[in-house]
Amino acid sequence: MMTRIDKKFTELKRQGRAGLVTFITAGDPDYDTSLAILKGLPDAGADIIEIGMPFSDPMADGPAIQASSLRALKAGQTMKKTLSMVREFRVKDDTTPIVLMGYYNPIYVYPVDRFVADAVEAGTDGLIVVDLPPEEDEELRPAAIAAGMNVIRLATPTTDAKRLPAVLSNTSGFVYYVSIAGITGTAAPDIHSVEAHVGWIKGNTSLPIAVGFGVKTEDQVSAFASVAEGVVVGSALVSALAQSLDGDGKATEATKPELLGLVERLSSVLRHPAETVAV
Amino acid sequence: MSTATDTPPQNTYRSGPDEQGHFGLFGGRFVAETLMPLILELEQAYADAQADPSFQAELDALLAHYAGRPSPLYFAERLTEHLGGAKIYFKRDELNHTGSHKINNCLGQIQLARRMGRTRIIAETGAGQHGVAVATVAARFGLPCVIYMGATDIERQRPNVFRMKLLGAEVKAVTSGSGTLKDAMNDALRDWVANVHDTFYIIGTVAGPHPYPAMVRDFQSVIGKETRAQMMEREGRLPDTLVACIGGGSNAMGLFHNFLDDPSVSIYGVEAGGHGIDVDNGHAASMTGGKPGVLHGNRTYLLQDDDGQILEGHSISAGLDYPGVGPEHSWLKDSGRVTYVSVTDKEALVAFQLCTKLEGIIPALEPSHALAHVMKLAPTLPSDNLLVMNMCGRGDKDIFAVAEHLHMEM
Repeated sequence: MMTRIDKKFTELKRQGRAGLVTFITAGDPDYDTSLAILKGLPDAGADIIEIGMPFSDPMADGPAIQASSLRALKAGQTMKKTLSMVREFRVKDDTTPIVLMGYYNPIYVYPVDRFVADAVEAGTDGLIVVDLPPEEDEELRPAAIAAGMNVIRLATPTTDAKRLPAVLSNTSGFVYYVSIAGITGTAAPDIHSVEAHVGWIKGNTSLPIAVGFGVKTEDQVSAFASVAEGVVVGSALVSALAQSLDGDGKATEATKPELLGLVERLSSVLRHPAETVAV
Repeated sequence: MSTATDTPPQNTYRSGPDEQGHFGLFGGRFVAETLMPLILELEQAYADAQADPSFQAELDALLAHYAGRPSPLYFAERLTEHLGGAKIYFKRDELNHTGSHKINNCLGQIQLARRMGRTRIIAETGAGQHGVAVATVAARFGLPCVIYMGATDIERQRPNVFRMKLLGAEVKAVTSGSGTLKDAMNDALRDWVANVHDTFYIIGTVAGPHPYPAMVRDFQSVIGKETRAQMMEREGRLPDTLVACIGGGSNAMGLFHNFLDDPSVSIYGVEAGGHGIDVDNGHAASMTGGKPGVLHGNRTYLLQDDDGQILEGHSISAGLDYPGVGPEHSWLKDSGRVTYVSVTDKEALVAFQLCTKLEGIIPALEPSHALAHVMKLAPTLPSDNLLVMNMCGRGDKDIFAVAEHLHMEM
């Protein structure tokens, strides 16, 4: 079965370009603003949308995404509301893939079977659960795949030859290559090291690869687009959103246009490479 | 092939965890992929160390000559008379070097770090007892050391912060979340992910991803081994009752583990009831007032809301103020082998004062919780019931907080 993710990567390949994967935290800074941004992302140039399911203790995330999770939770975001955002998005958009990304506990207590059913019903295409490595994902992955979702695993700079088969087995959709040994949005990734690792992973799987965790600038997007099928931008978007808020952390009139404007700039690098890439 | 829902055979309570690090439903390795290769490397290195007699021999020598083990098993005569019931013994782990049981584990882990060629030490701390013990062993072996400590905890544990700094550690204030132990652990894990090539993370309790819960338990189980031998020597038989406080649960697991398969021994773990376990987010009793979930690399009982968000918890004791608990405790709770109870801040303060006045021992606020349960339990037991309470830390660090709570001038 072709998922929306599979179809999107097929389409990108036909267009001969890499896709822009954008990350936003559901409910940041509030439900309505977050939903309005979500609905605007495809037209701004997002090819695939990752929606962060906020968690109180996001251990793999840097300060920007930590703060965005806490803003969302403070504004009353819950898992039910996150799924309802996906549902509302799907009313007008039946092609842009949506990947839910987060930590296991909110899924575990939902609980798992009901989460999988509700996520699929809402229109979710893929799951990334950061703290559920291959050793522990048996309790979620088979159910999610059976329900028609892709379960996307992370490969990292510490993933060695011994572990790569475990990471690549039973996975689908795409492989998310974490470009730095660290947390989101901190160190700048080294293109040569990323290129080498991505090349090595490609030798072991036919799945597309998306690179993320430290990508902030148009130059970085351009550089990673030359080695992978997708480039993930998260902390930079979340930081731009944070900067547009007022002193109380509330959305302003600038919030949505600033964020979507940044997505447009990043996306144009991939869509019109000749005009924008200057090295 | 085992799954998360299998339970170990019930003829022993001491065989866990299984190869995947599970204690029945609990435990495991719920970490980001970046850490998985390190966790697996650590597991192998620990297995190699256990198989090497020189590792245990070196550790035993450090425990004897540096930490001051064995710690005494002391008959608390006046407290026994006062409460009128069970014969109360204190396992005096507060007399160890650095003033708590934490040194037992730190000596073990730093020996392992050295074996693995790691050159930088990180740790989290709540009350500061673990932080001080880590800073101490890092100084002893000349390794740079960074301690993550919640900004709130830094305020209420100033003496320990100063001790860590004197010992040469860098104390990093954690302001994310509520600025307490769970947030310090988040930041230590973030540091580890970013510095995987040279850094060893000394976790202070029997929690975290496998192999930490089993490894920390093993290093702390010297407490129970000594207690068994000392009680045999003093009374010619096993104790009848064990009592220890539970935050993450390392001192309790250290005392309990040796006795889990002795059915005559009743075992009580005492959680921090704060303002009372009926008070919403007003306690730190994960097992008596929480439900199973996944945090910090393991599945265990957690303080959390209906949406799976972790709650901060509250306790007068910074060392018990943690929303989780070691997974082996969660398994022992569900299996019924250990009885878990809670006592309130106020009860712990009363016990703190009673022990100080009757026995001339100023206990830390953490074992004051255990003592508060002993005050309830001992009078209900016959005079030939041998009760051992783990006096896991001394109270010098807490005198400022106690003075404030009792509205006393220092």
